[in-house]
Amino acid sequence: MAYAIEMLNITKDFPGIRANDNVTLQVEEQTVHALLGENGAGKSTIMSILFGLYQPTKGTIKVRGKEVNIKDPNVATELGIGMVHQHFKLVDNFTVTENIILGMEPKTKYYTIDIKKAAKRVEELSKQYGLNVDPYAKIEDISVGMQQRVEILKMLYRNSDILIFDEPTAVLTPQEIHELMGIMRNLIKEGKTILLITHKLKEIKAVADRCTVLRKGKYIGTVDVADTSEEQMAEMMVGRSVSFAVEKEEAKPTDVVLDIQNLNVKNVKGLLAVKDFSLQVRAGEILGLAGIDGNGQTELVYALTGLTKIESGNVLLKGKDITKLPIKQRLESGISHVPEDRHKHGLVLDFQLKENFVLHCYHKEPYAKNGILNPKAIEEYADKLIEQFDVRCGQGKDTVTRSMSGGNQQKAIIAREIDRSSDLLLVVQPTRGLDVGAIEYIHSRIVEERDKGKAVLLVSLELDEIMNLSDRIAVIHNGELSGLVYRKDTDENELGLMMSGSIKKVGAANE
Amino acid sequence: MNKKRSVLQISLFAVIAGILLGFVVVAITGRSPFNMFVALVRSMTGFNLTKPSQGINVTYILNWFLNTMPLILTGLSVGFAYRTGLFNIGGEGQYIVGALAASVVALTVKLPAIPHTILCVVAAMAAGALWAVLPGILKAYKNISEVVICIMMNYIAMYFSNWVVRTFLEIDTKTNARTIGFPETAGFGKVFANNPSNFNWGFLVVVVCVLIYWFVIEKTTFGFSLRATGFNKESARFAGMKVERNIVASMAISGAFAGAAGAVVILGIFKYGRIFSAMDNYGFDGISVALVGMANTPGIVLAGFLFGLLKAANTNLQLFNIPMEISELMQATIIFLVAIQYGIILLLDKFDNRKKKGEVVTEGGAAK
Amino acid sequence: MKKLVKILLVALLACACLAACGGETGGNNEEKVSFGFVTDIGGIDDKSFNQTSWEGAKKFADEVGLVEGTDYKYLQSDSESDYTPNLTTFADEEVDLIIAAGYLFADAIQATVNNYPDQKILIIDVDYLAGENLQQAVFAEHEGSFLVGVAAGLQAKAAGKTTVGYIVGMESVTMDKFEAGYQDGVWAVCPECTILRDNANDFGAPETGKSLAAKQYDAGAYVIYHAAGGTGNGVIQEAAERRANGEDVWVCGVDTDQYDYGKYGDGSKSAVLTSMMKRVDVAAYNALKAVEAGTFEGKVVVYDLAGGGVSLPAENPNLSEDILKAVEDYTAKIVNGEIKVNVTPKTQAEDARVVGQK
Repeated sequence: MAYAIEMLNITKDFPGIRANDNVTLQVEEQTVHALLGENGAGKSTIMSILFGLYQPTKGTIKVRGKEVNIKDPNVATELGIGMVHQHFKLVDNFTVTENIILGMEPKTKYYTIDIKKAAKRVEELSKQYGLNVDPYAKIEDISVGMQQRVEILKMLYRNSDILIFDEPTAVLTPQEIHELMGIMRNLIKEGKTILLITHKLKEIKAVADRCTVLRKGKYIGTVDVADTSEEQMAEMMVGRSVSFAVEKEEAKPTDVVLDIQNLNVKNVKGLLAVKDFSLQVRAGEILGLAGIDGNGQTELVYALTGLTKIESGNVLLKGKDITKLPIKQRLESGISHVPEDRHKHGLVLDFQLKENFVLHCYHKEPYAKNGILNPKAIEEYADKLIEQFDVRCGQGKDTVTRSMSGGNQQKAIIAREIDRSSDLLLVVQPTRGLDVGAIEYIHSRIVEERDKGKAVLLVSLELDEIMNLSDRIAVIHNGELSGLVYRKDTDENELGLMMSGSIKKVGAANE
Repeated sequence: MNKKRSVLQISLFAVIAGILLGFVVVAITGRSPFNMFVALVRSMTGFNLTKPSQGINVTYILNWFLNTMPLILTGLSVGFAYRTGLFNIGGEGQYIVGALAASVVALTVKLPAIPHTILCVVAAMAAGALWAVLPGILKAYKNISEVVICIMMNYIAMYFSNWVVRTFLEIDTKTNARTIGFPETAGFGKVFANNPSNFNWGFLVVVVCVLIYWFVIEKTTFGFSLRATGFNKESARFAGMKVERNIVASMAISGAFAGAAGAVVILGIFKYGRIFSAMDNYGFDGISVALVGMANTPGIVLAGFLFGLLKAANTNLQLFNIPMEISELMQATIIFLVAIQYGIILLLDKFDNRKKKGEVVTEGGAAK
Repeated sequence: MKKLVKILLVALLACACLAACGGETGGNNEEKVSFGFVTDIGGIDDKSFNQTSWEGAKKFADEVGLVEGTDYKYLQSDSESDYTPNLTTFADEEVDLIIAAGYLFADAIQATVNNYPDQKILIIDVDYLAGENLQQAVFAEHEGSFLVGVAAGLQAKAAGKTTVGYIVGMESVTMDKFEAGYQDGVWAVCPECTILRDNANDFGAPETGKSLAAKQYDAGAYVIYHAAGGTGNGVIQEAAERRANGEDVWVCGVDTDQYDYGKYGDGSKSAVLTSMMKRVDVAAYNALKAVEAGTFEGKVVVYDLAGGGVSLPAENPNLSEDILKAVEDYTAKIVNGEIKVNVTPKTQAEDARVVGQK
C-alpha cells in the first residue's frame, strides 16, 4: 500500500534541547495512524513540522511519494494536509458556514460573500461524511462535539485528505467520543487518511490501524494495533511496565479530619447548589466524591476552601470550626487544595515556575523575611520540588509556567500542595487531560499521602479514577448526598444509579 | 527570544518609527528635517549644530531632565497599577490633589527647611494615595470599572483643588489667580543656582520613587502578591491572597507616585499654590510612559526621558520653525505602535525571515 | 545595528558640514531689531490677548521689514511650566526684546529678569515686578469699562429696563478694574440699575459662558458685559441666538472690537452693542519702536483713556447718536480728571444693586 506521508529520520533541535531525534513516521493511505507518546515526547513538534510551523534540522518529508519542502502552513494546506487543533479556532458569534469559509470566502459577482453557495457545500460535505451539522447554526449555540465537527468540516471544505487530529477527545463526553470514532471510520471509507495524536490507549485500540510511539523525542517503534495489547503500547510509551490499577493497601482510617455538617451553599445564580450536605473524611483514607458535572461539586469545594460564602451549616477541620475563616487561614490551618482548573485557579501562568511554587508561602520564612523576598531560599525550594516531583521544564525553575506542558503544570501544583503537608488534601480533577505516565505518577502520590496518614477528599468526574483510588465513595446528586459506600462493596453500575439520583444509599459506610 | 522581542524591540522600533515619521511629516509639509534634527539634538545636548561656536548650553539638558521628572513619577504610577492588572487613568487627578496637599502644607505648617519640604512631599503622596483609594475600593468590592471612576475624579480633583485654594489658602492679591508664594522652607531649590533652568532637588524624590517601585515590585512579598493578582486574580484568590486588599493597596501606591509628581512640580517649578485653569496632562502622559516602558523599572525611566525630551523639545522645535504639534505627533505615533505591538511582532518576524534567507543566499554565493 | 550606526554617522557628518557652510538660521542682524514673543497655552491665534499683542508686534515688524522665523518668532507654551524655558531660550538667543502678555507670566518673567538683567523685556498687564530692563504695560481698564457701562446703562434705560449683567472669567485685581469701571459707568447714567454678576472661573470655557449668559438674560438682564476671554465667546453666542429669535438683548465685548463675533441672521446685524478695546497691540508696538529708537525704558507704562490705551471702537453701529454723544462727554470728563473712576468694585454686601456673590 502507498504511503500518504513519510517523515524520514527527522531531527529537530531547539536551543538547548533536541525535540525530535531521528524520528521516522510512515502513514499508509486510507488508514488511521496513531502517534502515541507522553506529554513532552515530541508529538507536537513532529506535527508542527509536518504542518509547516517548524523546519526540521535534519531529515526529509515525502507526501504521496514526492519529496516536499513545507515552509509554511499554506504549503501544507496546498498539499492537502489539514489539522484539527485541540483548542478550536472558531469565532463564537459566527455561524458554522461563516467559520468554515473564513479566509477563503466565495464571492458573488458583486464582490459580496456568497453565503448560500458556501452553506450548500457545507451541507453536502456534512451529509457525505455523516457529520450532521447545521450550516446556519451559531457556534456559541452548539455543543463542543459539534464544534469539533465544524473543525473537521473546515478541512474537508479545503479539500484536505490527510487529516491530523491533535488530542481530539480531550474535550469530549464519552458519548461524543463514541460518535467521533464513527466519523473517523467514515472518513477513511471516503478515502481520507488520518493521523491521530493521543495518549489514550483505549481510543487507539478502538479506531487506529497502526501506531507509532515516541518517547523523550526518540522513535521507539511502529506497531499494528490489532496485534498489540494496551499494556504493550503503554510500556513502549513510558519505557517500563505500567499498572493501570492503582496498587494500594487497605486503608487504615483513624480520626475524623474534615467534618462537614449540614452544609448549605448557594451558587453564583443565588440558587441552593449544596443542600444539607454532611460528610466526614478521616485521616488515612481517600474519600472519592463522584457525581455528574454540575451537581454541586464545585460549590462544595469552594465552600470548604472559603471561596464561597456558606449559607448555613458548619465545616470542622480537626474539630476546629473553620466555617467563617478567610481563605488564607483555612489553608494555613491544614488544607491543601489542587483546584479543578489549573490554568485559572491553580497557577499564575505568567509567573516563573519557582514563583508558583511559593504562591502560598511566599511571605513565610525562609522564603521571605520582614516582607522582603529571599530569592535564594525560593530557588533552592524550587530546585528541590522539581527534583522530588520530576517536573520537566525547559529552563528549570525560571521557566515561565505558561510554556510548560499540562502534565508538568499539574505536577507542579501537586508538588506544591503535597509539600505543604496539610492534614487534608482536597484534590479536584487531578488528572484531567494528562497522559498515562503523569496519571500514574499523580495517583501514586495521592495514595502515598493517604498512607502518610493524611485525609484525602478526591473530587472527580471520571468514575474510573474514583473507583481506582478511593477507599470510600460518596456520591453527590443535585447538591445532596445520594450515596456513601465502601469501594469494595460497590460497582460502576450502582454508582451510576446513585449519580443519576435513581437510588439513594446513605449511611452504609458512615462510621 | 520572543519574550525579549516583546519587551525591548517593540519599544525601540516604535520610538525609531515615531521619530522617523516626524521627520517625514516635517519634510512633506515643506519644512526642513535638518532643522528638526538640530532642534532635537539641541534639546538633548544643548549643542546647536548650526552655531557650533556657541558651545554647549547646559540649560537645555537641565530642562530636559526637569521635564522628565514628573513623567517618570506618573509613569511609575500607571505602571504600578498596571502590574496589579489595573488601569489608573486617574493620575492627573492624583497629581492635582498631590500638588494641593503640598501647597496646603507649604503654606500652613511652619518647620525648618528640609523637614518642611519632606512633609510637603509626604502629604502630597498621601493625598494622591487617598484620591486613588476610592476607585480602588469601588473596583475591588463592587467591581465598578476603575477607568470610569478615575476619569471622573480627575475633574473633581481639579475643581476641588481650585475651591480649596480659593477658600482656605491666602491668595496673592496682585493677581487673585494663585496663592502667595511658598515660604523659603518649603520647596526644592535649584541644583545649579546660576543656571536659569528650574532643575531642582526634586529629582531626589524621583530617584527614591524609582527605587521604591523597583524594590516593592521585585523584592517584597507585597509586590509578589500584587504581581500574582495582576496576572491572575483568581489564582491569587485561591492561594489565599487578599485580592481586594491588594487592589486597593495598589491603587493607593499608584496614587502616591502621582501625588509625588504633583509635589515635585509645584515645589520645584511654581513655588505657589495654583488655581488650575487646565490640566497639566502629566497624569495622562504617564500612561504613555508606562506603556512604552512596559511597566518595568528601567523601561519607565528610559521612556520618561524619551517623553521628557519630546516635551522639552517644544521650545527648540518652534525656535527652528518646526511646529510644536510635531512633537505630539511623534508621541502619538510611538504610543500607537506600542499599542499594536502584535502587528509589529509579525512585521519584525517577517523581516527576520527575509534577512535569514538573504544570508543563506550570500553563503551559497560565497561557496561558488 | 551596525547599519544604524553607519547611517547615524553619515547623518551627523552631513549636519556638521551643513553647519559649517550654512548657518543662516536664527541669528540677529546687527541693524535690525529682533524680538521673541512667548504665548501661553492659548497660542498666537486665541482671538484675544496673545493675538492682539502679536498683531501689534507684527505691525512693527512689517513696517521695518523684519522676516518672521528669522528676525522674530513666537514660542507657544504647552503648559505653565514651559514659560521659563521659553523665555530663557529667547534670552539665550539674545533677541533685542522679549514680549509676554498676561499676568500668568509674572513669576517666569521675574525669574528671567533675575537671570538675564540686561535682557529687554515687555510684559503686559503686570505692574508689580522689578527689573532695570523690564517694561511693564498696564491699562486703565476701569476707564474703558466705564464707557461700556455708560453705553449699557443708557441702552437699558432707553428700553425701559433696569437690569444689566456682568460676567468675569476669573477674579483678580486686574479683572476687578473692569467691574469697578462698569459699575461706575452704569450707575452714572442709571443709578436705579441692578447689576447681575457671575464668575465663570475659566477664561477658556465658552459653554460655561453661554449658560451663565442664559441665566442672566432669563433673570432679566438687558445688556451683559463680559470680561472673560474665550469664555466670553459663549456669552456673545447666547446673545446672538436670542436676538436671532427676536429677543431684545445685548452684549458688550472686551479686549478687541468683537462686533463681528456677534453677527447673526444674514450677518448684517450684530448682538454686540459695543466693545471695550484694550490696545495691547499699541503697547507691543510702542515698546518695539522704543527699542528701535534706543529709548526703551524699564518702567511701568500706563495706557489709559487719555493716551488711547483703552477706548470704544471707532464704529459703533448699534449705538444711537444720543448714547455716542454721552460717551464722548464722559470720555472728556475722565480725560480731564473731572471723573475719577474706581478700581475696586462694590460687592453685594456693600451695595444692594449688585446681585451675585464674588
